[in-house]
Amino acid sequence: MYEIIEKRTLNPTIKLFVVKAPLVARRAEPGQFVMVRIHEKGERIPLTIADYNPGAGTVTIVVQEVGKTTALLGAMEPGDSLPDFLGPLGVPAELPTGGRVMCVGGGVGVAPVYPKAKAMFERGVEVISVIGARTAELLILEEEMRAVSRKLYVTTDDGSKGHHGFVTDIVDRLLREEGSYDEVIAVGPLVMMQAVARVTKPHGVKTWVSLNPIMVDGTGMCGACRVTVGGKTRFCCVDGPMFDGHEVDFEEAIRRARMYQEEETLAREQCRCGGEGYGG
Amino acid sequence: MAVRKTRVPMPEQGSAERIGNFNEVPLGYTAEMAQEEAGRCLQCKNPPCIEGCPVAVQIPQFIAAIKEGDFRRAIRTIKETNNLPAVCGRVCPQEEQCEVRCVLRKKGEPIAIGRLERFAADWEAAEGLAEIEKTGPDKARKVAVIGSGPAGLTVAGDLAKKGYRVTVFEALHAAGGVLVYGIPEFRLPKAIVEREVDYVRKLGAEVLTNVVVGYTLTIDDLKEQGYDAIFLGTGAGLPRFMGIPGENLNGVYSANEFLTRTNLMKSYLFPEYDTPIKCGRRVAVVGGGNVAMDAVRCALRLGAEEAYIVYRRSDEEMPARREEIEHAKEEGVRFRLLTNPKRILGDEKGWVSGMECLQMELGEPDASGRRRPVPIEGSEFVLEVDTVVMALGTRPNPVLPRQIQGLELRSWGGIIADEETGRTSAPGIWAGGDSVTGSATVILAMGAGKKAAADMDRYLRGK
Repeated sequence: MYEIIEKRTLNPTIKLFVVKAPLVARRAEPGQFVMVRIHEKGERIPLTIADYNPGAGTVTIVVQEVGKTTALLGAMEPGDSLPDFLGPLGVPAELPTGGRVMCVGGGVGVAPVYPKAKAMFERGVEVISVIGARTAELLILEEEMRAVSRKLYVTTDDGSKGHHGFVTDIVDRLLREEGSYDEVIAVGPLVMMQAVARVTKPHGVKTWVSLNPIMVDGTGMCGACRVTVGGKTRFCCVDGPMFDGHEVDFEEAIRRARMYQEEETLAREQCRCGGEGYGG
Repeated sequence: MAVRKTRVPMPEQGSAERIGNFNEVPLGYTAEMAQEEAGRCLQCKNPPCIEGCPVAVQIPQFIAAIKEGDFRRAIRTIKETNNLPAVCGRVCPQEEQCEVRCVLRKKGEPIAIGRLERFAADWEAAEGLAEIEKTGPDKARKVAVIGSGPAGLTVAGDLAKKGYRVTVFEALHAAGGVLVYGIPEFRLPKAIVEREVDYVRKLGAEVLTNVVVGYTLTIDDLKEQGYDAIFLGTGAGLPRFMGIPGENLNGVYSANEFLTRTNLMKSYLFPEYDTPIKCGRRVAVVGGGNVAMDAVRCALRLGAEEAYIVYRRSDEEMPARREEIEHAKEEGVRFRLLTNPKRILGDEKGWVSGMECLQMELGEPDASGRRRPVPIEGSEFVLEVDTVVMALGTRPNPVLPRQIQGLELRSWGGIIADEETGRTSAPGIWAGGDSVTGSATVILAMGAGKKAAADMDRYLRGK
């Protein structure tokens, strides 16, 4: 069992959990993920590692409540335990050790961007970050990101904080005005990553995105997470989760992400009817 | 009483009834049936059946015990060499191993060794006995077994019996490997797998789930933790696809995913269990092996109205066990033989709407000795399906092997291990099962585990 040590509510639907998992913490690197199951009849879901502390033996995950499993997880509290917490999985991000890198995070995607920005910042990379959300109260990890960025830009779709618009507006402007970025790392909803990749492509900047497709085992066995990159089928769990954003077939990824929409709705409704509720 | 020429039939769930549930299909012998069947055994002086058994179960001995009604002696005899009898009695291809060598075959049907093995194992479970017999004193040496499938459980059981300190590392949340994620409930109830895993635990082996060696721990970590010998029983992980257009459409599954959702995650009980599965009304399973039969029979139970096996060769070449093919036919599976998919068609929303196939004919024999299927030009037709399952076998997962220095691999990624000892080119590391052979059977993996365990014991004694 893997005990929840700490919980923070980052916004009404996004929760941060610090979980005791010494073996995972010992080997974790930025870009990797864990597979989590929250009860004996539960599904296995992939969650990106948002931070880790080998000394304390803890791993931080950030969860947005979008379905039954994430809603039930969101309602868990310190002292509760997760029956299954497998990792660290996937290929660690190949992070540069110098130069200038733009880190872009949208919505809950700011969480997986954070450990990468932090690792690069600590190595002396000039980290410029752009984070966004629909509205100010949904913005997460702003202070944490500011602490590991040379400069931080904030955007909200409704203009309630920072730039009124999308992260891509800032990405585009920075590339035009400042040029000379060695890399862009973008994590967020698929449509956001697709938009960022579109914006960066004409500038010829290497753009990494982190995909989070449906997975079952998470170790290369099932192939549920296949994604087309550069015309080739790759398994996100063992070949990813980070891929060249200019090569990813986003249309396909978006379509595949919707495969179980009906079932997800049904499960969530039943979960509500069952009175188990979900916090938030 | 005259000795009957045919075996005592085993009761089964009727085909109409069973496609509505996931319960086991063959129901097992009663004690009377088992004793009657055991009475047919000739008790050969030089029993050929044992030679066919990869783990060398003393077959005539245990059958004699059943005949006499001493079921405890029967199961004890089996367990001397086989740690997983309830599994083997159900899923071993006896018809090509022990039973095919039975002398009774000359005049009638061979003795039903598999059914009798199953009877003995189930009798023990029902009586709640499961005796633990250690054959060696406790030892200080530590053994790591990676993967808790049939090969790993065999190594763990054999070495724990001898007194070694054995730890099994399993990546998934449940132990059993292919026995839990692959083989369906109706062919191998999961409660039985749990029981067999418990038995290996009771022998003294520790089974750790949620540890994927290669990620959570490395081989070097294990060596540092003092493991003196390591067995790789990681199975054949990565599913193969055909490389034809449309394979990433929604509604196309690998058999691994389709079966893992169904068996390990129990998606047939969704929404009681949280993992969903999209099994449509018309399902095509591509392939002709046991895994294909498992997938297609799951599809029927998940509510498919039409379920097809699409296989590029003819009935004769299908690698699945006859019994599985017969069960599938009884249940209404349609066999589209000499048929090969060319592309999968999708609707405007990206879901499978059909599969374009080619008719094949058999040409000259290929390297495998089987006649090579050749497409008939212009024979394209569309099979109207909304779900496609690719059951084309698997390749070994490269993550762990590529971390082990000096471990030699075959061109397709399989680990090279000595056939008699399981030794690999890396010192202190053995391997066996599908990670060595590619997709094969449970019992072959167990046989490889048996040989490796014996060699690991020799190695550890000499150390």
